[in-house]
This record gives sequence, C-alpha cells and structure tokens, in this order.
Amino acid sequence: MTPAVELIDVHKAFGRTPIIRGVTLAVEAGTRQALIGPNGAGKSTLFNLITGKYPVSSGRIRLKGEDVTGRRPYEINRRGLSRSFQVTNIFPWLSVYENVRCGVLWSLGYRYSFWHRVDAARDAHERTETVLEQLHLAARRHVPAGVLSYAEQRALEIGITIAGGADVILLDEPTSGMSRSETEQVVQLIRQVTAGKTLLMVEHDMSVVFDLADRIAVLVYGQVIAHDTPERIRASTAVQEAYLGAPARVG
Amino acid sequence: MSAPAPAAARPVAAAAPARARWLRRYGVWLAAAVVVAALPHVARTPAAVPVMNQMGIAVVFALSYNMLLGQGGMLSFGHAVYFGLGGFIAAHALNLAGRGAVYLPAPLLPLVGGLGGLAFAVLFGSVSTRRAGTVFAMISLGIGEMMAASSLIVDRFFGGEEGITANRAKAPLLLGLPVTTDQQVYYLIAFWALLATVLMYAFSRTPLGRMANAVRDNPERAEFVGYSAQWVRFLSFCAAGFFAGVAGGLFAVNYEILTGANMGAAASGAVLLMTYIGGIGYFAGPILGAIVFTFLQSMLSDYTSLWLLYVGVIFLAAVLFAPMGLAGVLAMHGPVWRARRAGRLVGPYLAAALAALVAIAGVVGLLEMVHFVVVAPAGAASMRLLGLPLAVRAAWPWLGFIALAVTGAVALRRAGPRAAAAFAEASRPGGPR
Repeated sequence: MTPAVELIDVHKAFGRTPIIRGVTLAVEAGTRQALIGPNGAGKSTLFNLITGKYPVSSGRIRLKGEDVTGRRPYEINRRGLSRSFQVTNIFPWLSVYENVRCGVLWSLGYRYSFWHRVDAARDAHERTETVLEQLHLAARRHVPAGVLSYAEQRALEIGITIAGGADVILLDEPTSGMSRSETEQVVQLIRQVTAGKTLLMVEHDMSVVFDLADRIAVLVYGQVIAHDTPERIRASTAVQEAYLGAPARVG
Repeated sequence: MSAPAPAAARPVAAAAPARARWLRRYGVWLAAAVVVAALPHVARTPAAVPVMNQMGIAVVFALSYNMLLGQGGMLSFGHAVYFGLGGFIAAHALNLAGRGAVYLPAPLLPLVGGLGGLAFAVLFGSVSTRRAGTVFAMISLGIGEMMAASSLIVDRFFGGEEGITANRAKAPLLLGLPVTTDQQVYYLIAFWALLATVLMYAFSRTPLGRMANAVRDNPERAEFVGYSAQWVRFLSFCAAGFFAGVAGGLFAVNYEILTGANMGAAASGAVLLMTYIGGIGYFAGPILGAIVFTFLQSMLSDYTSLWLLYVGVIFLAAVLFAPMGLAGVLAMHGPVWRARRAGRLVGPYLAAALAALVAIAGVVGLLEMVHFVVVAPAGAASMRLLGLPLAVRAAWPWLGFIALAVTGAVALRRAGPRAAAAFAEASRPGGPR
C-alpha cells in the first residue's frame, strides 16, 4: 500500500548548520503516528519540510505516492495534507465561524471566486457548522478568534486544520500548554476528527503519545533512530538512552 | 466587517418574513439611493452640487483604497496612480468620442476609466503584490514616483504641465440624457458611486473577499488552507485598481481636465488620510471619511490657506485618539444606543466638545496670526479672521488667543476623562439604569 507520507533521505541545513540529516520515513495511510524527540531534534523543521513551508536541501518527499518536493504550501494542501502549528496560528480579527469557513472554502471548489455570495454557500455553511459542533465552539461563533481563551484557540487551530477534509493531518504539539483536563478533551477531539485518516503529530506529552499513536518515530539530532510500535519504543534501550535519559520517564 | 444592514427595517410581523429579510438586506441600499437622489433638491446653495460631486468621486476612490488597506492589509502609497491613469484614459476616450472617432457616450466613461485602472493594476500589481508589508508599501511608493516622473516625460499622453482637457458636452448622448450641467453630472456620479459601492460591498462578501481578510490577518495560515497569499493579494489589487479607475473616469467627466498631480504622491496621501479618518475596519468607514474629508477640504480651503495643516492635525488626532476611525467611534456607541443610555452621554460630551472648541479657537487664532505676519505684505497690520478684524501689531489678540488655548486645554483635561468615564459607565453591560 502506498504510504500517505514518504520521506526519502531528506536533508535540511540552515546556512551551514544541518538540522535534518538524512531522514527516511514512511507513514502508512490510515494510521496515527507520533513524532517524538528532545528539544532541537528538528521535529518542527521536519513538519515545515513536509508541508512545503521550507524547501528541502536534498531528498524527496512524496504525498500519497505523488512527489511534492519543492511544492508550495497551498499546492500541498490542495493535494489533501493539512497541518496545525505549535504556536497558535489563526485569523485573529475574523470571527470563529469565519476562521473555520476559511479552511473549508478551497476544498469545496470556491477557489478565488468573486461571483459567489459566500453567505449563500450552503455547503460551506453546513461543513463549518459541523466542525464548530465538533470543536464545542458553536456558541462562540461570532466572537473574534483573537479573544478566545488559549484552549479554545488551540481547538480552533485543529478545527481550521481539519475543516477542509484533508486525509493527511499533521498536528504540531496540539496539547502544549494545556491542563490535564483540557488535554484529555483535545485527545478525544483528535481521535474523533482523525478517524479513518492519516495522522502525524509532534507531541511531548507521553501519555498522549501512547494513548493515540499506532506507531512512534523518534527523531534525535535530525535522524530517525527508531520507528516502531509504542510497546517496542517503550522497551527500546536505545531510545531511552538517546532521548529520554532516564528510563523511569517513559510511560 | 460591519453588518451589511444595520436594522434599517425590523420584521414587522412573522407573516412576512421574506419581505422583512429582503428589506433588511436591501433596505440600506434603497435608503441610500433615495437620499442620494433627493440631496440636490434639499441642498439648494449653488456651491453644494459641485462639492457633492467631489464627494461622490472621493467615496468611490476611498472605498477602492480600503479594498487594499482595510480588507487586504496592503498599505499603498501610490493608489492615485490607478485613479489618475483611469482618468487620463477616460479623458482621451472623451476627446475621441467628441471627435466622433468612437461611439462612446459620457455616462459610460467611468467604465473606460475602470478598465484602464484595471489594466495598469494587472501590470504593476503582478510585481508589487508578491510581498506584503513594508516591501509592498515601498514598491507602491516607487511606482507612484515613477508615474509622476513619466507624466512630465510622456507629453503626448499626459499633456505635460497643462494636463489633458476634454469636453463632456461633445460626447454623444446615452438614452437622450444630456450631461452638461453640474446637476446632470451629479446624477451620473451618484449612479456610478452607488453601483460601485454595491459591487465593492458584494466583493467583500465573496470567497475571494473573505480570503483577502484572511490573508490580511495571517498570510501563512491562508497558504496552509489552500490559498496562495500572493494570488489573493493580486486579485484584490486588480479589483481595487478597477474601482480607482472608475473614480478617475468620474473625475474626468466632472472636471474635464486631468494633470499629473492627479496621480501624484499628494493625491495618494489624501486617499490614505480620508480612508483612515473614516475607519479602515468598517466597510462604511471610507464613505464617512471621504465625505468628511471633502467637506473639510472645500470648506476650510475657502477660509484659510492653512487648511492642509489643519487636515494634517485632524489626521494626527484620528490616529492618536480614534485609531478605528469615525466609523469605529460610531460602532463603539452602538451598544450604548441600543441600551437607551445615549442620553446620559450628551452632557459630558457637550462639555468636552465645548472645551475642545475653545482650545481649537485659541490655537487656530494663533496659527492664522503667525501665518499672516509671515506672509502678509510689509506694513499690513490688520487681518480678518471669520470676518473679525484683528490688529496683529497689538498685544490683545495674541494674549486673547493664548488665554483661549490655555483655558480650553485645561478644561479639556477635566472634561475629556469625564466624557470617557461617562462612556465606560454607559456601556457597562447591566449597569445601573
């Protein structure tokens, strides 16, 4: 089966500093996978390479079998890959409703239309309402997104990401800075909105990782040192030494 | 942005929800059309119609500018380029039509101007919209300077220092409607201004218009939901160029002359000022700004040659005290009005306004006297300010104005915070009635 995302010997250097040093990784379609690793390992950089924010220095990236190396972010998004950001990245002056609808419009074929009245677009409205319900943000629809609470903004961040119906979802630290109960809600939300899709997420919270992930990739100093099931990652001494330092911290 | 139709018509009965909805959606436009049609018959002074013509042109121009600044987040210092080029093309088209070379009635000239503005927006926008922010602003400034310079070089097209003149009376008639007097031109401008306003509002409610807002807010995120930020900016820029060209075409019909100054930095600055004073965050903001700015411009310039200085001070005050513009100040008072507490603001606001007026009178008096002393012919010792004779050699007018300015400023320091406190009190939800 064709992997949803496939990286082949990907390198990335900023100036003379190598950040990603030869990553080869295949994310099977329909699985939930986590990318873990110590700070500075290059997790967010890897996300930025896959999503087209940065060009790779060398190597190839394939999305559902198609080579997307060097494509722009919007081209990659149109091919069915969507991402969220580590630092909340929403449209602060637009209403919550409009934030979600912005994520919907392209996928429904409205493109750069200036001949449709957007408020009359039933399909966009219905899709937006569905997502708002999933996010539990329906009551806040008219509020400018910039004044939402932090947890609400993080939920909206995920909502914009999944609104367009992409089947490959990349989430960058979706639970960072959240309380335990907020984290549990987000995990539930992620489970719900990524059902039947491919998920790749960067996450520091190990309980979230072991809760959600079918497979875990461990990135250390720009290289994937392990890519396996959660049980084997937990048991791997190499991972513990390289990444976790103290075995007691796993699980 | 602002709601499409502030409750101009509330549904009267549940039996007629369709009509109520229709009225709510189109009521504002209908009311605007009626007001605009009636205005020349209400304002009966001969000077009013030319000023209203100027306002109509400014409204279209400012709204087109806000497609860039308010809705697209693009700060342009050269928007008059598209206004001016549209105007020049319309003026040339008018001359061709006058000679019978093409069949083109005067009422269609704004469309010609719009297409001209659009063509140059496509040309220049393909370069300038690649980047947002400071780079975009700098490129717009550069294009503005380039066009100002070429207006003197490309003599055939821009007519050098004299500009291009035209005569709207020589163009063929459309439906037998003459366009010669100011009032006839007024209705031509009113028609186009209303149509352009409706179209620009409609644009803001399309997928592209909404994504222009999204790109303004966060271009990076827009790219990750499938939209090229550059392409969204470019298309918005083209639309803005088109409507600026429409305004330029109206200008050509109204004034029958265009010069290089119409696309210069001052004209680009003026449209930025009026749009900002009106409020870039609201669709109706630039309309307010254009009307107020044109009014001030035509009134003040009758009375004083310092009017540009005053306009500059008004702009400063707007940026400092009302960054959301006139429309923002009005919108801020919406909840107070709906809570029926506006009455409580009248007293404190009047006190603050009175204090401000006294301070302004003092400062204006001093400025006008200084200006007179500097530029007056030698030996002149008496000037007139609003009809009052003033002896500039005597001490009393100086002392009087200083006293006014100081008194007003001191009073404003007390009345200003009180007005603000009254507003805060009145807008507190569920506050004591």
